[in-house]
Amino acid sequence: MMSQSTPLTGFLMVAALLFAIGLAGALTRRNAILVLIGIELMLNAANLNLIAFWRYGPHPEALTGMMFAIFSIAVAAAEAAVGLGLVIQIHRHAHTTDLDQMNRMKG
Amino acid sequence: MSFVFYILATLTVVGGLAAVLLKNTVHCALALTVAFAGLAFLFLDLDAQFAGFAQILVYIGAVAILVVFAILLTKGSETPKDGVFSRTWLAGLAVAAAVFAVIGWAVIQTAPMLPKATPAPTVNVQQIGQALVGRYVLPLEIVAVLLTAAMIGAVIIAMHEKERGPQ
Amino acid sequence: MQETIPFAPQLAASPIAEILWLIPALPIVAAGLAAMLKQAKRGTSATLAIGSMSFSLLLSLIAFGHVVVGWAHGASVREVVNFTWIQAGATNVDLGWVLDPLSAVMLLMVSLVGLLIFIYSVGYMAHDENYTRFFCFLSLFAGAMLGVVISNSLLLLFMCWEIVGLTSYLLIGFWYRRPAASAAAKKAFLTTRVGDVFFLLGMVWLFSQTGTLLFYNGGSGSLEPLALAGLLSQPAALGLTAAGAIGLLIFAGAAGKSGQFPLHVWLPDAMEGPTPVSALIHAATMVAAGVYLIARVYPLMQAGALAGGSTAALTVVTWVGAFTAVFAALIAVAQNDIKRILAYSTVSQLGYMMAGLGMGGVAVGIFHLITHAFFKALLFMGAGSVIHGCHEEQDIRRMGGLKSDMPLTFATYAIGMLALCGFPLLFSGFWSKDGILEAAQHWSVARTPFYMLVFGALLTAFYMTRQVAYVFFGQWRGKKPAHESPGVMTMPLAILAFFAIALGVIGTPAWPWFRAFLDGRAAAFDLHGFAEPGLLALMLTSTVVVLLGLIVGWRIYGDRSPKPEEPDALERAVPPVWAALHNRLYVDEFYGVTVVAFYAWWARVSDWFDRRVWGGVVAGVAVLFGLWAQLNRFLDNNVVDGGFDKGCEELNVGGGLLSRVQTGRVQTYLRILALAVVALAAILIWSSRA
Repeated sequence: MMSQSTPLTGFLMVAALLFAIGLAGALTRRNAILVLIGIELMLNAANLNLIAFWRYGPHPEALTGMMFAIFSIAVAAAEAAVGLGLVIQIHRHAHTTDLDQMNRMKG
Repeated sequence: MSFVFYILATLTVVGGLAAVLLKNTVHCALALTVAFAGLAFLFLDLDAQFAGFAQILVYIGAVAILVVFAILLTKGSETPKDGVFSRTWLAGLAVAAAVFAVIGWAVIQTAPMLPKATPAPTVNVQQIGQALVGRYVLPLEIVAVLLTAAMIGAVIIAMHEKERGPQ
Repeated sequence: MQETIPFAPQLAASPIAEILWLIPALPIVAAGLAAMLKQAKRGTSATLAIGSMSFSLLLSLIAFGHVVVGWAHGASVREVVNFTWIQAGATNVDLGWVLDPLSAVMLLMVSLVGLLIFIYSVGYMAHDENYTRFFCFLSLFAGAMLGVVISNSLLLLFMCWEIVGLTSYLLIGFWYRRPAASAAAKKAFLTTRVGDVFFLLGMVWLFSQTGTLLFYNGGSGSLEPLALAGLLSQPAALGLTAAGAIGLLIFAGAAGKSGQFPLHVWLPDAMEGPTPVSALIHAATMVAAGVYLIARVYPLMQAGALAGGSTAALTVVTWVGAFTAVFAALIAVAQNDIKRILAYSTVSQLGYMMAGLGMGGVAVGIFHLITHAFFKALLFMGAGSVIHGCHEEQDIRRMGGLKSDMPLTFATYAIGMLALCGFPLLFSGFWSKDGILEAAQHWSVARTPFYMLVFGALLTAFYMTRQVAYVFFGQWRGKKPAHESPGVMTMPLAILAFFAIALGVIGTPAWPWFRAFLDGRAAAFDLHGFAEPGLLALMLTSTVVVLLGLIVGWRIYGDRSPKPEEPDALERAVPPVWAALHNRLYVDEFYGVTVVAFYAWWARVSDWFDRRVWGGVVAGVAVLFGLWAQLNRFLDNNVVDGGFDKGCEELNVGGGLLSRVQTGRVQTYLRILALAVVALAAILIWSSRA
């Protein structure tokens, strides 16, 4: 067991930073796949937050945080699969993954 | 803060940055993998071994590969002509910065109130297994269904359309 | 002396008095019906006129008989029927008619002379294409004149007076395509209008002072003692009382209608109308309306006179009348148109009537009016017969010798001429003129009018002799030979000639029936009437004057036939006097230079004023409106529309701006989501901090 000398704040800041980076990537990159990458980063940041709070929380033996994180990983995987399948299908139709060119949702 | 933490944190953050900033999409995927790895080690640092290994298995072993596959299938390795960033990238950056500001500020504000280091908990797989089929059996089943649906859905979505036969 | 019978107290009106209104109404209705006829219906129009006039004559005879019967029984009749016409709050305007000796006599005269002239017109106007219109106007005139004569209210009298004036205008200008005729009609109307303005003023004053315009109304009428006393106590300007001033104003109206100086200028020009019109309107009836008016309001004119004395109003009437008599007789001496001579003669005789009214009272003036009506109508109709027989020639210098070509006309004309001159004893004119001269001789104010009237009688005999000599004696100087007129024209002449003689009977001093009838006294045939002091001397004087005029006239003009181009005998003798008289003593020219010129100038000024000032104001208002409209348009376009358009534009722009949110790109929506989350988080944190 490693001794924890880093305060919770550190983990939280890292998680926040990672979340912001992932969000920035999702919001600014043209390629749809890069958006999904950003989303994965955000999910991972959230997982880090969960685990950090589980570790530093009052009842780590309840395993709540860990369970949450594991389920999050599972869901993220499923979602990544479906999302990437969608991107591939879109690429087949529009022959591009450039999000700037996809504005058929415009009303 | 321990030295290990700094290294791992730096690795993760740099990986994340690289993942969003690099021009070559494949490089981005690889940087993502690095970020995943860093995160896995951070989990290990936090005494969440199962989560860490699960992270490696699932994320690095499956998701990253999936991303690379998707990149290759969509010709994402080619360099786009208009640039990799959106025309309005500044707005997105601003929004992300705003989000970071809020969260960071919240974290810093509450820093004195956060709990201090506690002795490491002993978590073994048996406990996790028992929790899964005990307390968390419902989420387990649902996630199972979810995974099945996702798998089927992904297959259907990504499947080539049937050729339309002559009349 | 004969005793006075007082007027009977106001009884309920007799049946004839109740239906007295029919007398003027029937001819007016006939005129209305004739107005709707087509020009071709000549017979119908004449029948309507003559028929209605016959009915009016019949009713007038009945009314006259009723009054005579009343008089014979020793009670003088004055029956009045009044009714309210307008009610304005507490004030009433009443109208009504009266049946008394004066109105009965006038009714009979007007309807009889009118009917005879209507019958005469059937022959005279037979060749005229506007025959129907002529009889329509004649009927209207007759109805209105009869209305004047019976009216008991000054207002009703005035209204009928105005209709009489209107028909006079219509009939003078009957041949309206001739510029002389329409100018004469306008002149007549405008000149009498001047008099009518004063008449109206007097009427309004009378109404405001006494509160009623009825003459007799059971004690409260404006000619009854109560009202007169009130008028006498009111002083007016120039030392007159209200009664005197009102009397003078009413006389101004009468002077206009009866052609007294200076409002006489229209009467000679009125001869432009057809001869029956001249006979009826400008000899017998309409011009007599003025004299009748003075006779009717005589109590007002006489109010305040001491026994045997006179009032200011009556003095003015006398002087104007006497002056007019001489003035017109002088001008008649130098005229060459057969009708003009008679016109000036009419003006002169009207002056006699006014003088008679002023000096001698109602009976004296009205007797001369009645006799004059008959013989002047006779003379005019005779002149018409002459004109008709001479193929529409009117200049006496182109006639001559007609006593053999037109014997009947000559005989009746001679009778009329002698009656006008006042040939002694046999003719009515002698008795009526003598009545006036006798009153003039005894006038308390001055003797000059007597001498003026005597001189006028001399002139009358002179110019009538001149005219008769030119027309009937000597040789025929016309182009085509003359012929006698048809019976329908000569028969009325004969009837009128009879009356010209016969009427004298009722006015002699031996049997002064007429005067007694009008004054309300008994009369008996008494030759001692001639024994009044000075009466025989007066009769002798007037006989001498008449004979002198006849002889002098015959000496100068008799049986000679000067050619038309030669100057008149008198002209050769005294050229400047002749020139002045021939030019009608320059009164018309004087008016032309003063009144007419002023009026034309005033009309030009008014036109300029109207066009520039009022027109300018109107144009200015129009311009203002235009500017206002432009301003409104500007505001509407720019402010209202512009504002609205701007608003819509801004909405559009706003909408455009807002729609840019919907880019259709996923990342945009993601950003917005993230922003919303940030905002929510910030709010939550902030609120939990507190």
